Amino acid sequence: MIPARAKPSRQVWMRFRRKKTAVFGLAGAAAFVIVALFAPLLAPYGTMDLGTSFQPPGGEHLLGTDSLGSDVLSNMIYGTRTSLIVGLCAVVTSNIIGLTIGSLAGYFGGRTDNVLMRITEMFQILPQFFLAIIVVALFGSSIWNIVFVIGILTWPVTARLLRAEFLSLRKREFVDAARALGMSDFDLIVREILPNALPPIIVNASLQISGAILLEASLSFLGLGDPDAMSWGVMLHNAQEYFNRAWWMAAFPGMALFVTTLALNLTGDGLNDALNPRLRT
Amino acid sequence: MTLYLLQRLLYLVPLLLGAVTIVFVLVHMAPGNPVDYIIGESGADKEMIARLTADMGLDRPLYIQLLRYLGQVATGNLGYSFVSNMPVLELILDRLPATLLLMASQLVFSISLGVGLGVLSARRPNSLLDNSITVFSLASFAVPVFWLGQLLILGFGYYLDWLPIQGMVDLRAGYTGFDLVLDVARHMVLPVLTLTLYNLALILRLTRGSMLEVVGQEYVKVARAKGLSENTVMIKHALRNALLPVVTVVGLEFRALIAGAVLTETVFAWPGLGRLTFDAIHARDYPLLMGMFIFISVLVAVGNLVTDLLYALLDPRIRYR
Repeated sequence: MIPARAKPSRQVWMRFRRKKTAVFGLAGAAAFVIVALFAPLLAPYGTMDLGTSFQPPGGEHLLGTDSLGSDVLSNMIYGTRTSLIVGLCAVVTSNIIGLTIGSLAGYFGGRTDNVLMRITEMFQILPQFFLAIIVVALFGSSIWNIVFVIGILTWPVTARLLRAEFLSLRKREFVDAARALGMSDFDLIVREILPNALPPIIVNASLQISGAILLEASLSFLGLGDPDAMSWGVMLHNAQEYFNRAWWMAAFPGMALFVTTLALNLTGDGLNDALNPRLRT
Repeated sequence: MTLYLLQRLLYLVPLLLGAVTIVFVLVHMAPGNPVDYIIGESGADKEMIARLTADMGLDRPLYIQLLRYLGQVATGNLGYSFVSNMPVLELILDRLPATLLLMASQLVFSISLGVGLGVLSARRPNSLLDNSITVFSLASFAVPVFWLGQLLILGFGYYLDWLPIQGMVDLRAGYTGFDLVLDVARHMVLPVLTLTLYNLALILRLTRGSMLEVVGQEYVKVARAKGLSENTVMIKHALRNALLPVVTVVGLEFRALIAGAVLTETVFAWPGLGRLTFDAIHARDYPLLMGMFIFISVLVAVGNLVTDLLYALLDPRIRYR
């Protein structure tokens, strides 16, 4: 049992801790962040240290070398940085848009809600993957273009979740009370309603990070990756040509992508259970 | 029902207008001039650029250009590919059957397997089968589809050497008739397996979840109390209602299904829309990419429409509302 008087944040942590998969996920996610932060210290070689091509795993190159002779393990370690930057920045962008649209639609309701929700629906039906391809192809494959396009395309879920929360919260007594005290609409939204509407948004954001990482990898895999940044998707793109002679070029970066996504998803699921104890299924 | 259908059709119009407008705005926002995109890297003299600009109406106000573009798209003119100079629509229609073949086959497998396994695992929650299915779904939600394809190529193509890994037919063998069908089927195994493994989990989890929900409801208890066999209760009473959310989500995920197919086709050099997209990206063939986006938007919109109709067919409450 969780003592009822424990601080709310502590209660959340205690509930989170109960689920083994969630703890495992969080450990994985933490490892991912640490590797990204300390990449230059951890990587045995630089991304531009070129040796003999296609060396199999073992010996001096633990995970082998690629077609240019650069170390697969080191490239993977540097690749965590791209994934982390894209994951975090894209989700921040997406949530800024989603929070703005969702809170306006949910708070004001009526015609504002109607118009904003039609736009949201349109973005939900548009084939976002193809739109992302066009934007990156037209504006160039820089990491920031990729971040921007993922942010622009993935906000609708956030907006809809937040709108639903706002619709149920805006009629509550504490909001009426604050309004009676003369609070402005802006303050009501930001100070009173938003903090109470955040739990589902936090859960969604944690799951969005893995989605953004996968989307970046998919774009890079198709050849739209940032040529100046090492990324797992780019590595898989390069591996495509050399299946017959270097299986390690495909196997390891994909594994990194898989494990990272899995860890982030498990963390998100754990957060979901911890933040919404009553909704657990 | 006719009214409902018309309503849904009408709903598509703003969506498609939106899609075309977005592409138009993007091309105009992009660095450089649309003429540059059309000429590509071939280079052209000033006279030709001036003529193209006038031909394309680029000297007119922006809203007139947009209207012209909308009119063009409405008549099925998606422009011409830089690379082959062929009409974009023709190129797309040429590749569409190969993609549809992959998508239809994998949908048959993932829906039948997904619904079947979902029902089984809902019958005994927390059994060994149910738990293995949970682990499988977690893995499936996290795996990048193109890497899954690459692993299958490494395993079944190179290591075991059982199956072909590239393309749709063995051109050198020159098969005809039934042999050709067999050859295509052999080439389909790995891409279809990739997509099925990837999409199966979603359908499976949904079926399981909504079965568990439905099974607790009164009418299922009544059916059981009447003494009907467990199979009749499960399939006739529970499954029919449990399938509703499955239909909805498959419809909503239609665009993700296409994206998955595109990535998988790239891995297996399957000659469909995915391969066409990949080649267009590498040649920076902008008209083709834009046409593809508009075409896929239409495809997704139609997919959503079909889902809505299917939903109405399955659930009489919606039909008569």
